[in-house]
Amino acid sequence: MQFMLLFSRQGKLRLQKWYVPLSDKEKKKITRELVQTVLARKPKMCSFLEWRDLKIVYKRYASLYFCCAIEDQDNELITLEIIHRYVELLDKYFGSVCELDIIFNFEKAYFILDEFLLGGEAQETSKKNVLKAIEQADLLQENLDFQIRLLPAGVLSPNISSESTGLFQS
Amino acid sequence: MSDVVEKTLTALPGLFDSQTGAAKITNRLRQLVKSITELTSKHEEENLIKQELCAMKEQVSSPNTSMKQMREIMVRAMYCEMLGYDASFTYIHAIKLAQQGGVLEKRVGYLAVSLFLNEGHELLLLLVNTVLKDLQSTNLIEACMALTVVAQVFPKDMIPAVLPLVEDKLSHPKEIIRRKAVLALYKFYLIAPNQVQHIHGKFRKALSDRDPGVMASSLHIYLQLIRESPDSYKDLTGSFVTILKQVLGGKLPVDFNYHSVPAPWLQIQLLRILSLLGKEDQSTSELMYEVLDESLRRAEMNHNITYAILYECVKAVYTIHPKVELLEKAARCIGNFVLSPKINLKYLGLKALTYVVQHDAKLALQHQMTIIECLDHSDFTIKRETLELLFRITNAQNVTVIVEKMLDFLRGCNDEHTIIHLVGKVSELAEKFAPDNSWFIQTMNCVFSIGGDLLQQDVPNNFLRLLAEGSESKEEDDQLRLYAVESYLTVLKGHTSHLPQCFLQVMSWVLGEYAHLQGSVDRREVIRLLTQLLDQRSVSSETRVWILSALTKIPEGQTDLILHLAERLSSSQDTVLRQQAQELLHLSQDSQLHEWVLPRGAPWDAIEVDSSLSFLDGFVSEALAAGAAPYKPPHQRQEELCEDRALNLEPYSFSLPVSLSSCSITDRQSPTLLSVSSGLSGNSTELSQKAGSSTLILEGVKRVWGKDGYLPQKEATAPLVDEPSAAVQPPVQQEAAERTEPRPELSTRNQDKQQLASSLFVGLGVGSSVSLLGRSEAPPPRFRKKPRPHESSSSGTSEKSSGSSCRSSHHTTDIFLYGSFLEEEPATSKSAFDHTPKSTTANGLSQNKDTKEDKHANTSQIFGGDMVIVRPSTIQDKHPPSESSDLTALLPADLKDLPHSDVISLTSDPSLSLSSCRLFRDEALLLLIFISNCTETVIKDVAVQLTCEELKTASLRGNIVDCLEARSTSVCHYALLMDDPHTNVSFTGTVSYQTQPGHTNTLPFSGTLSTADFIRPLVLTTEEYGKLWLSLSHDVKQNLKLLTDAGDPLRTTLNALKDALQLHVVDIIGSEGIVACRLLSGAPCLLHCRVSGAALVMWLRSPHPALPDCILYHCQRALAHR
Repeated sequence: MQFMLLFSRQGKLRLQKWYVPLSDKEKKKITRELVQTVLARKPKMCSFLEWRDLKIVYKRYASLYFCCAIEDQDNELITLEIIHRYVELLDKYFGSVCELDIIFNFEKAYFILDEFLLGGEAQETSKKNVLKAIEQADLLQENLDFQIRLLPAGVLSPNISSESTGLFQS
Repeated sequence: MSDVVEKTLTALPGLFDSQTGAAKITNRLRQLVKSITELTSKHEEENLIKQELCAMKEQVSSPNTSMKQMREIMVRAMYCEMLGYDASFTYIHAIKLAQQGGVLEKRVGYLAVSLFLNEGHELLLLLVNTVLKDLQSTNLIEACMALTVVAQVFPKDMIPAVLPLVEDKLSHPKEIIRRKAVLALYKFYLIAPNQVQHIHGKFRKALSDRDPGVMASSLHIYLQLIRESPDSYKDLTGSFVTILKQVLGGKLPVDFNYHSVPAPWLQIQLLRILSLLGKEDQSTSELMYEVLDESLRRAEMNHNITYAILYECVKAVYTIHPKVELLEKAARCIGNFVLSPKINLKYLGLKALTYVVQHDAKLALQHQMTIIECLDHSDFTIKRETLELLFRITNAQNVTVIVEKMLDFLRGCNDEHTIIHLVGKVSELAEKFAPDNSWFIQTMNCVFSIGGDLLQQDVPNNFLRLLAEGSESKEEDDQLRLYAVESYLTVLKGHTSHLPQCFLQVMSWVLGEYAHLQGSVDRREVIRLLTQLLDQRSVSSETRVWILSALTKIPEGQTDLILHLAERLSSSQDTVLRQQAQELLHLSQDSQLHEWVLPRGAPWDAIEVDSSLSFLDGFVSEALAAGAAPYKPPHQRQEELCEDRALNLEPYSFSLPVSLSSCSITDRQSPTLLSVSSGLSGNSTELSQKAGSSTLILEGVKRVWGKDGYLPQKEATAPLVDEPSAAVQPPVQQEAAERTEPRPELSTRNQDKQQLASSLFVGLGVGSSVSLLGRSEAPPPRFRKKPRPHESSSSGTSEKSSGSSCRSSHHTTDIFLYGSFLEEEPATSKSAFDHTPKSTTANGLSQNKDTKEDKHANTSQIFGGDMVIVRPSTIQDKHPPSESSDLTALLPADLKDLPHSDVISLTSDPSLSLSSCRLFRDEALLLLIFISNCTETVIKDVAVQLTCEELKTASLRGNIVDCLEARSTSVCHYALLMDDPHTNVSFTGTVSYQTQPGHTNTLPFSGTLSTADFIRPLVLTTEEYGKLWLSLSHDVKQNLKLLTDAGDPLRTTLNALKDALQLHVVDIIGSEGIVACRLLSGAPCLLHCRVSGAALVMWLRSPHPALPDCILYHCQRALAHR
């Protein structure tokens, strides 16, 4: 996979992940062109699109378009399923996900994506395992916070203390 | 103890708060998002973001900002970047955050880095240490994050630094770490394959990992590796098949199921790998038939994911060595796709058909009605894929209908890439299958006006080349040209301002070259039309040059018009136009000069390139005589600056004879092929031209499109040209248009479709499927797209074409070669190096030749093939072939006198022993392979097959022998040519033979040849050397070791080089020596040597850019080994 874009029906970009090195200018140009082309397509049309020398696979979920660029020899249908699995993951994590969840927690959406796809290839396709990995990371942070609070104040390293004081003050 | 409890208790509220704490972090972002959505205009948004960024900038540079705040800023920065604003000032802080933050900050820091920075970004270097630290961390999460970032963005040069750590992770107890490590290695392999070359063993370990997830990740690497060299991984086929069987059998944990299909991603990956492994390999394919069959059978459920697997499976079945049963099943699957009401599946069905139709054209026939429906589908994507499919099934009978459909589509299309892509295909079809002249020209007119200036430059170039080079029949060429001229005149009489520049250029060139063919047309009319174009504002200055060139070529007689034009242009702002106007003026006044510079009807191939600008020699020598400083190439100037020596004159400049009077307009004749200039530029380059390496030799080139499509219809085309050719639609097209015209009634529409179907799928029936298959063997695009005509055509579809292509590719040497080895057969195709031995035909042919052979080898006996079988007169001892000196005695009589190398033993097995010897013929290297039978029994069906990509076989002899008597030796000759110099080339080959019937043994062998084997002395005089020196361009300079052991160091060194490399020492004057050689009968290379202190400064020049380097390499070696 070359890149993945999430954008709203209004054409607002919600998430972008590039697996090939491109300049910012190119990225912007590609995004603009693709958003336009995909939004112009009618709902009954097929989910694939030949674009430049790439193949675009897109699918709309509620108000969000999920759009992936793959190479010619790649399998379009499995890419659709990749999109679907990603939506399932988001849904499970956020609990019936909506566009707002992705806007306000976009970094979480990225974490999930990185756990699911790595370097443009499916890394872990099991829903359970992906979420387990994410939760472990989330949990470990909390544990760490917990441990820090248990430690005597003098041992704390400066940057950790600033964080923990912040938490305590709140 | 109670302290701890107390602390825990006080911490509790904070712990519960942590959720709200996290919420607070996103508060600023929430605010930002909210305020943006409230805004009404883009301008307001810009202002708001600008403010936000300013505030962030202040915050990040303040020392009081905590890591937590930094994390929050980073999230906002990512958001701003996503909206398209530049937040590059935060990049460095993202790296800092990843470096210094706690786990939570680190996570955001790494994410920001992977979003902000590209592989090549310089700031990434600062991340390397952090990554190294985290990779070594005992914290699982930290290690995971580091691996994740490494697998996404990592500077290529720093891979060696982390590679050992990543490798270690392959044996980590946690599978998530191992999996990420494998994917990181995959990434490394993609960006720097050399860096991970040594750890292929580790890949195998990952493949056999106990965790299926890790194993699946390693398949990414294997897919890539196998794609690059399938042969190296054939041994893994069994393992892949077993894995796939296990997956299909449901042996994987349920975790890997996706909508109750077991591990679909893994299945697809394996199917891809298997299809690559089984491609063109029957024995490997046989291993996978069973599992593919099972795979087709298992995928029954009606869900997208099973279709994804099915599609991949069908592709695999059609890629590997065919098996009828599987093909039938796969064809049924394709049917399900194509007929599916779901549009996505229909699309994939079409795609699969496009792929499959090359193997089995009948499948398209089965689905013709669906294809017709898809052709009128409202979805652009479907339509385009259908056209792609039609392109694959085009033949001479349906070409008009299909091309018309494609042009229709193009007219309604505004996507650049699609236009370029399809227009290329149309022109390809037109060149291949054009039924007649008028259709061809009309179609190309459409191509040029639709494709316009988006067209790849090779489309107009190929078209013009086609017109210019012509075919065997001049009459027919002229008819085509005439039609083009007439058609263009009609176009130009119409509205021209909308025509693309490229079309105007094509038209003006054709009119300039061929307007004279049209007897009835008034020259004035042509001139008037072209002049009119010159005045148009929309015409670019480049096109003006083309138009003026055309005007220059239109013959004398219309001086008043020309004079008027030239006068008008001589005050033009454009200097190029002004100069051309001057030339025009002179030429129109001097018809003799005109005839000389632009000879009418001169053969196209007589035009030669003078890249060395030698026609300026006269001018140069005059300037030199007048005291101008001689030209020095940059490196020489630099050297002189360094050494600070006294002025050194060019060694040969004074002896330069004035070569030819100046002739400045020589290269104006045809702007189409920039490299083609007039052949008037003097004899000083004669030598290099004869060598033919830097010149464009078009002699003997066949018109490419003639072979497959157009020429066979010779008879049909002739009468059509006489028709009044005004640019109207040819009848065929009209007919097609009528046929496809939509009609109101349903029944008639159906009829219509039937009719369209019959016109589209004509020629795809059983009878003609053979020819279609024949076509697929030689894919048309490659056939046509060859950059140089004389390199083209390896198709071998007809004997005639392959024969002529061979002649043209060898061109200079083969006449000579065939002349001297008269019993040899010409190599039958360009890739003639691997001759698949066909013993039956070889036998049949050879019988007639025996008598000729006898003359040459009267001491030897002739057996079945062309092979010379030599029976030693005395009985040899137990190990006959080891005496290589004996073998030189076996050299055929006609070759005995040639200089040759020692006989080297190549390989041996209990029955055969192979040795080789190199013979240096003037125009080729003869590689003799001695095949000696070491047994006491007869060995049958011996066949030699030799492959080497860098070399060409000009001819071969004796590569097949029916039976090799006990203790005898046969000799197999290969005449080899080297077109592009390589320092060393290795060849490989096999000898297959039968010791007992039905039991074939093979004996592989290999060896290397060096450029030195292909170098021949070039004998010329000092004067000729001087001329040639100045005409050559590519030069290389290097200091070499001087041999000082005996006598005159220069002479000793040059002699040493001469012995090693077969050079010709032209002259030695004082401390300088000149030496010449050539690459077989091809490019010359001149060496100028000067003693400077203890070194020999060698300066090499050659028309071939790579030759000096090769020769230099061998010189260095020769001197080093003394």
